[in-house]
Amino acid sequence: MAEAHPVGFQWVMEAKARGAKIIHVDPRFTRTSALADTFVPIRAGSDIAFLGGIVNYVLSNELDFREYVVNYTNAAAIVSDDFQDTDDLDGLFSGYDPETRTYDPTSWQYAGDEPAADDEQNPEMQRETASALQHESHGSGVKANPPRDETLQDPRCVYQVLKRHYARYTPEMVARTCGVSEEQFREVCEAWTANSNPDRTTALVYSVGWTQHSVGVQYIRTGAILQLLLGNMGRPGGGVMALRGHASIQGSTDIPTLFNLLPGYLPMPNAVEHQSLEQWIEAVSQPDAKGFWANASAYGVNLLKAYFGDAATPENDFCFDYLPKITGDHGTYSTVMDMIDGKVKGYFLLGQNPAVGSAHGRAQRLGMANLDWVVVRDLFEIESATFWKTSPEVATGEIVPEECRTEVFLMPAASHVEKEGTFTQTQRMLQWREKAVEPPDDCRSELWFFYHLGRMVRERYADSTEERDLPIQQLAWDYPTHGPLVEPSAEAVLMEINGFEVESGRPLSSFIEMKADGSTLGGCWIYTGVYKDGVNQAARRKPGSDQSFVAPEWGWAWPANRRMLYNRASADPSGKPWSERKAYVWWDEDAGEWTGHDVPDFEKTKPPSYRPPDGAAGVEGLAGNDPFIMQGDGKGALYVPQGLIDGPMPTHYEPVESPFRNPFYAQQANPTSKEYVRPDNPSNPSPSQGHSEVYPYVFTTSRLTEHHTAGGMSRFVARLAELQPEMFIEVSPELADERGLEPGGWATIITSRSAIEARVLVTDRLTPLKVEGRTVHQVWLPYHWGEGGLVTGDSANDLIGISLDPNVLIQESKVGTCDVRPGRRPTGPALRRLVMDYQNDAGLTTAHAVEDTKESQS
Amino acid sequence: MARTFLSWPVLRQLTGADRLGRGAAVRSRNTDEITARTETADRVAKSVCPYCAVGCAQKVFVKDEKVIQIEGDPDSPVNRGRLCPKGAASKNLVTSPLRQTTIKYRAPYATEWTDLALDTAMEMIADRVVKARNDTWQDVDERGQRVRRTLGIASLGGATLDNEENYLIKKLFTAMGAIQIENQARI
Repeated sequence: MAEAHPVGFQWVMEAKARGAKIIHVDPRFTRTSALADTFVPIRAGSDIAFLGGIVNYVLSNELDFREYVVNYTNAAAIVSDDFQDTDDLDGLFSGYDPETRTYDPTSWQYAGDEPAADDEQNPEMQRETASALQHESHGSGVKANPPRDETLQDPRCVYQVLKRHYARYTPEMVARTCGVSEEQFREVCEAWTANSNPDRTTALVYSVGWTQHSVGVQYIRTGAILQLLLGNMGRPGGGVMALRGHASIQGSTDIPTLFNLLPGYLPMPNAVEHQSLEQWIEAVSQPDAKGFWANASAYGVNLLKAYFGDAATPENDFCFDYLPKITGDHGTYSTVMDMIDGKVKGYFLLGQNPAVGSAHGRAQRLGMANLDWVVVRDLFEIESATFWKTSPEVATGEIVPEECRTEVFLMPAASHVEKEGTFTQTQRMLQWREKAVEPPDDCRSELWFFYHLGRMVRERYADSTEERDLPIQQLAWDYPTHGPLVEPSAEAVLMEINGFEVESGRPLSSFIEMKADGSTLGGCWIYTGVYKDGVNQAARRKPGSDQSFVAPEWGWAWPANRRMLYNRASADPSGKPWSERKAYVWWDEDAGEWTGHDVPDFEKTKPPSYRPPDGAAGVEGLAGNDPFIMQGDGKGALYVPQGLIDGPMPTHYEPVESPFRNPFYAQQANPTSKEYVRPDNPSNPSPSQGHSEVYPYVFTTSRLTEHHTAGGMSRFVARLAELQPEMFIEVSPELADERGLEPGGWATIITSRSAIEARVLVTDRLTPLKVEGRTVHQVWLPYHWGEGGLVTGDSANDLIGISLDPNVLIQESKVGTCDVRPGRRPTGPALRRLVMDYQNDAGLTTAHAVEDTKESQS
Repeated sequence: MARTFLSWPVLRQLTGADRLGRGAAVRSRNTDEITARTETADRVAKSVCPYCAVGCAQKVFVKDEKVIQIEGDPDSPVNRGRLCPKGAASKNLVTSPLRQTTIKYRAPYATEWTDLALDTAMEMIADRVVKARNDTWQDVDERGQRVRRTLGIASLGGATLDNEENYLIKKLFTAMGAIQIENQARI
């Protein structure tokens, strides 16, 4: 955190100054470790074993926050008798189909909630469409009132299921798997549990490298389970905090440029399940569930009205049919494979540099070299604009400029000070930026580019009589423009996102005002309120020193300016703060409403004692002690009966590439990971496949303070380039000895995808760990370099293959295996020969690789 | 003031009230004659750092229609005026002489860039979008399901852009039937 989010880290230091204990768990000693009380080096890829061990410590010693757990989590819910755990099936849950490598989750459900035969799930489709990402705010789609045992003694209740599941995650197993000593592990367990009670809370902070694993979602799930068991969710100083890495990556998830989502986490309709407005809405609202998704019809209709304006009417289902339908995995990696295979014509790159920043750089560049055209919109001449003349593949002869047909348009972009608009930062807070100056020359904002591109495309289709062109012709695209550049109004777009009454133009102040009859429109329901009372709330800049510690009048946070989600849980079941020290939101009996330091994340006048009538669902179905108001049962999920592809509870699997067999189960790796088995995407073998010693070391990558991701915003900046001028690899003194690596000299790092070179930094920031009785060396690489900019170097992402988490289709790029040897890499065609020599030594001829992968899957 | 032993700031610091040397003790006439360029700026825009997602507020100082300084905004409850090395270098980011400010075009099979006017480039891109859409249009997929889409146009990017921009990008591509629209959140 001190490295990649240094200014955010000042608050950790504030906490430390007030007595907080800081623990840092990381494969490498960083600037964060230097300021922490305790540093725990860990083997990359073993986090579920580590956290699962703490869950076991909590449950076997009954150290959970019992009143919180019984009332606010699903610990008491009874799981179906049909459920079988990984203990029974040696690393698999019940319902696994080795043919499709997916689970049928029927047996994972709560008792009595098993779906009827005609209500079958389609797990393969769910994986293909990264459906779990939609559950980011949908919550798990469970029904309202499962059977419960509040004594937590029933052997089928979630608490007991969880306890059995983690029983084998003992301190000995943690040490064996993670390379963390039992003593140090116990220190973490004791600190975490001792600091989690009515009077104290513990925060879990991760950077989003955690998501870049084949079990990334389950990493975060393990953290969530622990924080729920210890009563740290929805309380001040607690929570699971994701440190996201781009100025508005939260915003681009909320208002998604993502294939499987529409604004506000509404799903992109898929051709199998959502052929009508009604089917689409029901898939979101889940009629039997509790919570605020019950109003999905209003959210969906308002989006369609915002998209298609007057053309969207109740009679035509608000033009639902105009939405394109997805049929599977259309994610960025599958699209790159399609580019290599010649299926894609044109590609827009909008402030993104996949030639350096995406996994498997060679595949990225070969894909771009097989397109008709690429439009690159960026501040600088990044590598994704110059792949046809400067990429490593030009050197190897795989891309020949005279034979590469791709047209490239490098379109200069306006910088953040040359346009106005909102970023959403990592805590869901929108902040409006004023424009300081006009962009120079031909530089333009994306708002300008897409508004005018849309206008020009619409002109080209204006006279069409084809039915398929109706969505373009009827698109609501009349934004006011201003100034010499004919810049569209960002405030007008934000107003559309907020929503308003169609007739009067009155801005909506809350999504509760959205109607499903077409009388209101709004482009992103969770952002409704950002233009409350016609005021741009995101532009508020009341100094922090002039307001409470919650600072509600600086910017605006979705939803409804709530700064902390699920904050009902900061009060006990009766509505009183758990302690005075941790008071945040509470029930005011006299006023008959929820009040406190933040906007309560609960119906304002629903008393803690409220219990829904039998059969109630939706918002009415939420009891006064159901803080998790977006979950189908109102409870925090220790166990996830549905919504996840790879199991209801996190389970340790080895990374796709690992030097070790799974110490816990026969099942080696995530049995449901998304794989693209093809010759241009090989995986280094694991021990069960033989030859894993060819790539004996574990590598991981992360950021430097002085650079930003793929370097497009830092390698071209003189100050930053000067601070970190060269690509390097960090290795331990022990590995340097073993391989003859000289400090300041060169090393070549080799995987089955590519080989790169880097300067050697020998440092005890990396420690060899004892895992499974033998020593494992880990090496660390920053991933900021490419051949462009003021400082150049090889790109670490070239080393990485494409294997994805099945829930969200994010690649495993934070752990892999490699070889390291002294000296520079070969240049020209010899580079590919080196990589292929290693592939041969590892038995990765094409046929063998395919066969091996299949074998490892079964 | 002549440079004498008595004008040595350490003496002032040790003998005066400013023992920590953070105020009067370390001032000189030279100090007093310097004016920070932020004080003579024509205007200050309230902005936000474009790098990571912490969301540090910035003050962008403008003089003669040029950005002359970018500093952390002390009012912000997020960063309290602080910026990291990247945020502190963001003036260099936006004023860098390496920035592309005109269009570069690489024709098929070309070995060098050529220049293109903005209008021309926009017309060419619009033509290519329409052609790619028409050439790859699917009313139904191979199983006969209604999909009304194109798999011929893809897009990647958005995490460094504004919400309003992402909104228009998704809206336009969705209306055109392009679905392979992705950003860093998948990476």
